[in-house]
Amino acid sequence: MSTTDTTADVLDVAAIRRDFPILEQEVHGKRLVFLDSAASAQKPRSVIEAMSEFAENDYANIHRGVYSLAERATARYEEARVAVARFIGAPSAAEVIFTKNATEGLNLVAGSWGRANLGPGDAVVLTQMEHHANIVPWFQLQQEKGFEIRWIPVGPDHMLDLSDLDRLLDGAKLVGLTAMSNVLGTLTPVREIADAAHAAGALVCVDACQYVPHVPTDVVAMGADFAAFSGHKMVGPTGIGVLWGRGELLDAMPPFMGGGGMILTVDLQGFTPDAPPAKFEAGTPPIIEAIGLHAAIDYLNALGMDAVRAHEVSLTAYALRALTERVGDRLTIHGPSEPAQRGGVLSLAIDDVHPHDLAQVMDEHAVCVRPGHHCAKPLMKVLGVGATARASLYVYNDTDDVDALAVALADAADFFAP
Amino acid sequence: MPGLEDLYREIILDHYRSPRNRGELPAPPATKTEGFNPLCGDEIVVYVDVVDGTVADIRIDGQGCSISQSSASMMSSAVKGKTLAEVGDLTRAFKAMMSIHESSLGGEATAGEAAADGEALEAPEGVKLGDLEALQGVVKFPVRIKCATLSWNTLAQALDEATAGTE
Repeated sequence: MSTTDTTADVLDVAAIRRDFPILEQEVHGKRLVFLDSAASAQKPRSVIEAMSEFAENDYANIHRGVYSLAERATARYEEARVAVARFIGAPSAAEVIFTKNATEGLNLVAGSWGRANLGPGDAVVLTQMEHHANIVPWFQLQQEKGFEIRWIPVGPDHMLDLSDLDRLLDGAKLVGLTAMSNVLGTLTPVREIADAAHAAGALVCVDACQYVPHVPTDVVAMGADFAAFSGHKMVGPTGIGVLWGRGELLDAMPPFMGGGGMILTVDLQGFTPDAPPAKFEAGTPPIIEAIGLHAAIDYLNALGMDAVRAHEVSLTAYALRALTERVGDRLTIHGPSEPAQRGGVLSLAIDDVHPHDLAQVMDEHAVCVRPGHHCAKPLMKVLGVGATARASLYVYNDTDDVDALAVALADAADFFAP
Repeated sequence: MPGLEDLYREIILDHYRSPRNRGELPAPPATKTEGFNPLCGDEIVVYVDVVDGTVADIRIDGQGCSISQSSASMMSSAVKGKTLAEVGDLTRAFKAMMSIHESSLGGEATAGEAAADGEALEAPEGVKLGDLEALQGVVKFPVRIKCATLSWNTLAQALDEATAGTE
């Protein structure tokens, strides 16, 4: 398998497109070109049908009922947990906590581990390319606990600048970083940073939201202590995400939310929490969504994550070339220029045209891109822009989509040309 | 489906390319107020100088899309030299134009400015919006309404602050 061959695709995209009912429609009389998977991916028929089939045949609340239906539902829910663990290389399914989304997972780390372990004199190190989900929870906790927050800068090549890493890590207790920027597509050197962090006595919390759907993932090889991601970005449903954490850390952490399902016992004096993962899954969890996430993992496994990554590298290389050829010097594509260093996230800018206006004209071409700050306002400031128009690629995108993007982008640039 | 020409009228693009009253005023004596659109990241800064109940001068700074920038530019031209009462009428008239009526969307009721602000959006009688009427087409693109109203909301806040300081 070549990762540089742009003529032969390792995925049969035409067949994949037929798996996604939503892609059959036309918008404004044109073929729908969906390029917003970094915000949320579309769902294959197998995911949609797995959820409705489960709801029609096997649904009940889990873990408590002794009737056979409840046992079936519980088994299916726990099978989903095992599938997630295998998909990300987790040593144990008990280390896989189902959350609402990656945001909740990161809040769980801050609210549970952080609240128990951080105080004045401590430092948390984040990167300038974090999503707000891996920034705001730490600011919230900082107000309560008074620790320092330091920032790993983004260099002019749109990679992390690690030249000052040793100083940043001195006295740090946790490093929070994205594995792939949702704005730049930059793949960060998680392992290198994790090794340095561990040597300095800090834990590593990875925002893997843009990574797990697109790149073969092994959380242990990555050097992570925590990793959070969302189901809906990996062709699964909304309403379910995952926080993986190393077992001994989860064992020692206090519960995040209290309620049913997370206790061993409660009396009028207090409560004793259950063991992980139940300790962190208060209340009825997203049961149907877990079945959908399992089907999504089955779908991606059938494609093969190596093939998914190879497809995106070759399509990104094609896009970088085609867009520059078609649109010319007015176009800036933020992020690393080398496809192997990045994912298929293309933050586009046209001189003197606001991304909001670009995206509006591109909608006339049925091309779905996302304008805005992508919940990364600190990074926008580093880039010196207020917003970008982001096109993001996934398994159902092909060179036809990229060509349509190039035509729409050139048209939008012309529309607003002075 | 409304076309782009409904949204991007020539006068809008003219104000976008050549914004009026662009820049800053020394504050104080002027009042400086920032407005943000958290959805798209647009930021607008309104500098307003209120003298004897009149908008003596106004400047607009910040960055944003053609709709937010042209709306701010047209607003600055429309309110300069007007009394606070006249600016209030203009603001109400503009917000009324920007409110979504079910009929104008062919029955597709959408949560827009009216619901968000909880205001009664009745246009005051006899107020001429002039160039600002070019922004009427924005209503057909509901997610862009907040772009058009950003500068007006920021101005209203600035005038509140300016008059609170002088009374």
